[in-house]
Amino acid sequence: MKSLLARTGIAIALIAGMALPAAAHRTWMLPSATVLSGQDPWITVDAAVSNDLFYFEHVPLRLDGLQVLAPDGSEGKAENQATGKYRSTFDVHLDKPGTYKVAMASGGLMAFWEEGGQRKRWRGTAEAFAKEVPANAEKLQVTENFRRMEFFATAGKPTDAVLKPTGKGLEMVPVTHPNDLFAGENATFQFVLDGKPAPDLEVSVIPGGIRYRNDLGEMKLKTDKDGKVTVKWPTPGMYWMEAELEDNKTSVKQAAKRRASYNTTLEVLAQ
Amino acid sequence: MRKLLSLTLTGLAATPALAGEMTVTVEIPRLDVAEYHRPYLAAWIEQNDQAIANLTVRYDVKMRDNEGTKWLKDMRQWWRRSGRDQTFPMDGVSGPTLPVGEHKLSFDTAKGPLAGLKPGAYALVVEAAREVGGRELLRIPFEWPAKAGFAQSVKGESELGTIALAIKP
Repeated sequence: MKSLLARTGIAIALIAGMALPAAAHRTWMLPSATVLSGQDPWITVDAAVSNDLFYFEHVPLRLDGLQVLAPDGSEGKAENQATGKYRSTFDVHLDKPGTYKVAMASGGLMAFWEEGGQRKRWRGTAEAFAKEVPANAEKLQVTENFRRMEFFATAGKPTDAVLKPTGKGLEMVPVTHPNDLFAGENATFQFVLDGKPAPDLEVSVIPGGIRYRNDLGEMKLKTDKDGKVTVKWPTPGMYWMEAELEDNKTSVKQAAKRRASYNTTLEVLAQ
Repeated sequence: MRKLLSLTLTGLAATPALAGEMTVTVEIPRLDVAEYHRPYLAAWIEQNDQAIANLTVRYDVKMRDNEGTKWLKDMRQWWRRSGRDQTFPMDGVSGPTLPVGEHKLSFDTAKGPLAGLKPGAYALVVEAAREVGGRELLRIPFEWPAKAGFAQSVKGESELGTIALAIKP
């Protein structure tokens, strides 16, 4: 009996540990620039999991599922990918004029159960769940998770096409163009969950450079009834904006909870 | 007989009463630095955070494949107000960087973007960004139509010397 409880405890710990590693650390991508001029500019990007912003001190971010969306909606390339001790890096060639979106997004179900004393683990979509997870699985625990991390970069004149949400999970629809941010000015962003405005959502905005000051400098905001927040940028620099929520609107009844998280890195220029 | 007539007509059109002049004087300061590069420079007329007219844009036009455009964004206010909407070179506006010294740039207020200038409050904005150097932005507000003999100047602290605006309506 005791060992079964212990195993269940481990299973729960595994779920907790795998569902939100971001709860213990921050995950982020840091582009070398987001406002570009010139014939066909390049940017280089760092991606890491760390406590600090934007310093690498823990583990690199794996680049699985990395997607580059070009201004015309076509798929761009994340080139020269490399993963080192504390960070991953990649380059993006902004060869088309307009705004690019670089994102890592994943979502779906995770299930744990026991079969003949063996712990079983499964990941997949709601459609596959019915087929692949046994209906009478013992000690079945199901969680649903959506994670999105992204940033925007513009070559030349900003465009809007990539700003549209996909309609899955927690997303941010910029009202102020994300590559038109300046210190001392206000910027408005809208958060949507499955394409619909997410009101009363807590949003955290933290400027980079934590190592060189005492105060975290976190701006805690809440979205209004239209899912919008307005940020007034105190200083120029790179900022990390993050939101996460938990509800019970899962896509299979066996999942009690759904978690969704979003983060973006925004560059604010000096006046 | 005909030739004489056309000359006379030309003479009439050139009288100062019909064409005003806006003179922008830009001083590129002499800087005591080990590695000196002439600054990128943009001068434009602004109203309510909108660029109404580009007067001049100076950048490294000699680089191969128009590569000098890579650093235009360092003129960050000009870039967001106008630069990012343009193609380069900008016909009649862009040109090579200016050397150290005073430069008088004259604009006919009856021609080009200044021709349609509606009455109101405007500002002349001059922004300079220097390679391995800094960046500076200066503004001179003015009313349009301008009073006769309008002249105003400001002095920069680092990347720009004296910027002067004179308007002869």
